[in-house]
Amino acid sequence: MSDTQNLTLVQAVRDGLRGELARDDDVVVMGEDVGKNGGVFRATDDLYEEFGDDRVIDTPLAESGIIGTAVGMAAYGMKPVPEMQFSGFMYPAFDQIVSHVARLRNRSRGRYSVPMTIRAPYGGGIRAPEHHSESKEAFYTHEAGLKVVIPSTPYDTKGLLASAIRDPDPVVFLEPKKIYRSFRQEVPDETYTVPIGEAAVRREGADISVFCWGAMTRPTLEAAENLEGEIDVEVVDLRTMSPMDTETVVESFKKTGRAAVVHEAPQTAGLGAEIAATIQEEALLHQEAPVKRITGFDTPFPLYALEDYYLPEPARITEGIREAVEF
Amino acid sequence: MTRNLFDRAPDDQYRILDTDGRVVDGASVPDLSDEEFVELYEYMKLARHFDQRAVSLQRQGRMGTYPPLSGQEGAQVGSALALRDEDWLIPSYREHAAALVHGQPLKDTLLYWMGNEAGSEIPEDVNVFTPAVPIASQIPHATGLAWAAKLKGDDAAFLGYFGDGATSEGDFHEGLNFAGVFNTPNVFFCNNNQWAISVPRERQTAAKTIAQKATAYGFEGIQIDGMDPLAVYKATTEALEKARNPQEGEMRPTLIEAVQYRFGAHTTADDPTVYREEGEVEEWKAKDPIPRLEKFLRNTGRLDDERVADIETAVEERVADAIADAESEPRPEPSEIFDNVYAEKPPRLQEQEEWFEQVREKYGDDAMLED
Repeated sequence: MSDTQNLTLVQAVRDGLRGELARDDDVVVMGEDVGKNGGVFRATDDLYEEFGDDRVIDTPLAESGIIGTAVGMAAYGMKPVPEMQFSGFMYPAFDQIVSHVARLRNRSRGRYSVPMTIRAPYGGGIRAPEHHSESKEAFYTHEAGLKVVIPSTPYDTKGLLASAIRDPDPVVFLEPKKIYRSFRQEVPDETYTVPIGEAAVRREGADISVFCWGAMTRPTLEAAENLEGEIDVEVVDLRTMSPMDTETVVESFKKTGRAAVVHEAPQTAGLGAEIAATIQEEALLHQEAPVKRITGFDTPFPLYALEDYYLPEPARITEGIREAVEF
Repeated sequence: MTRNLFDRAPDDQYRILDTDGRVVDGASVPDLSDEEFVELYEYMKLARHFDQRAVSLQRQGRMGTYPPLSGQEGAQVGSALALRDEDWLIPSYREHAAALVHGQPLKDTLLYWMGNEAGSEIPEDVNVFTPAVPIASQIPHATGLAWAAKLKGDDAAFLGYFGDGATSEGDFHEGLNFAGVFNTPNVFFCNNNQWAISVPRERQTAAKTIAQKATAYGFEGIQIDGMDPLAVYKATTEALEKARNPQEGEMRPTLIEAVQYRFGAHTTADDPTVYREEGEVEEWKAKDPIPRLEKFLRNTGRLDDERVADIETAVEERVADAIADAESEPRPEPSEIFDNVYAEKPPRLQEQEEWFEQVREKYGDDAMLED
């Protein structure tokens, strides 16, 4: 039996990186502050001391440069794991991500591939300055050639990160920083994988399926608890945005006939729309009510005095679920 | 100690042949065999003829939009001939001749611009990177490839191309800055052809030269006459050697600014008469790298009428064969749209492909294709 540690989500990131660095010499961790400083969230703490500056590399402050050079490294047979300090700072690298990271396999007919894992803390809820709290998973999900993963537990974080780093395709790995340190979970010391592309049913229920991911999973579960005895809520944590586990989504919906989607990203053209459309296409005749979207607003993410109002919290989620059921 | 060649002011343009093909005072010609000198000329003739045929194919509707290279043969062939097989070439979208010299088949270049996915396939033993259309975006790739090779202990060098317009982009700065910081085995080769579509070199930068920008990154920059194939060959050879085996105190990367001219349009979709004077084109045509090298080779007894005629015949045959090959390639299968997106096709993509194939079978290709 393997030993375990009781880890926070960010410690699971570090543990996952450590396992993959030790396992495969081609893995390199790179980015601004990831070396000596151990990352602004300490996600790479001590890895520099353990693996040296050829494996855990402090780079110049340049998002396009970090991702662009990582494209070359990956094409040459390495497995770079670049960190974008905050997902809100990824836009300078957006051209590299969509023009090259996502497309190089296709553009070279398979001669070159980009087995890269782009890590970025994302989402709100930590009282950060402007541009530090965005949730733009839909951008990357919309882009063919990328995989997009968002874990919600320490156990999944370590296992999904290992899968992402070992994946032959590029993965955008978004880490919900609001829950980096908010709870702990027993995580095996040894390396293991959690498969990309599989959702997890976090709570079984008969009346409605609520789909969520990342930091929204816990308040959704809290809302489900609040409704105990009134509405029997099934909670499905998608874990992977692309490729999405539509089978689990549709199966759950067929069972309950009602659905809500909870995400912190703005509503318009968010993944809630994608999930609602999938349900329509695959299970219309099981549908008892419109799919309710409980999301962030179609506004810029507010400065922190108002962020609690922006983020879906248990009251809004509870009410949204009620509306979907009482339709 | 630095190599003598790079120990000069960034605006002290390096040149071996004058425009009449005579060796300039104090310059020494590269150490090449007679056959190697002639090979340089043959490739340039091949590139020019290929380019003329490609433009003509586009005009006849037999090829899509194509970016011509005429005027840049000296820079492309001279630099690519300096590569060893294990070295890498990272092109923009105009380096058809350089890629050819490093092993990319002409047929593939034609297929790519004919819109056929098969042309994107680079042979396994050819170290040419996929051409990049977004400007300057390939520069960080060149740095990353070189960086990976250095980390893995390989001693290949990496020659990356871009135009003068690319030097205005952030990726130029970021790619060269990383190369300096990590001291990677790169040669950054700027084909300064004076125009980024319609915007002149003076509107790209207020700097006197592009070569001087290297100073900001901590390594050498050199301006060369990009229409002098011998100067191009010599400078690139030394820069690649420095990238592989730097001497004590030397930095591996080099920025080469090859000053030259694009005789034709930016692409076949562009009309350069809108933005530049015919007189300017004529002035630059006097520096044409091909007659310039030909005069040198004739003057030094390496080439005569007969050999030139043989070369011209061989070049025409080779290009005609490549065109015939490319045009006899069947239309790619629609399944190729869905291939190579991921290592393994995700279920949704598989569903899209299956549905499309059903419709195709039901209605037939004729219903799907524009006339």
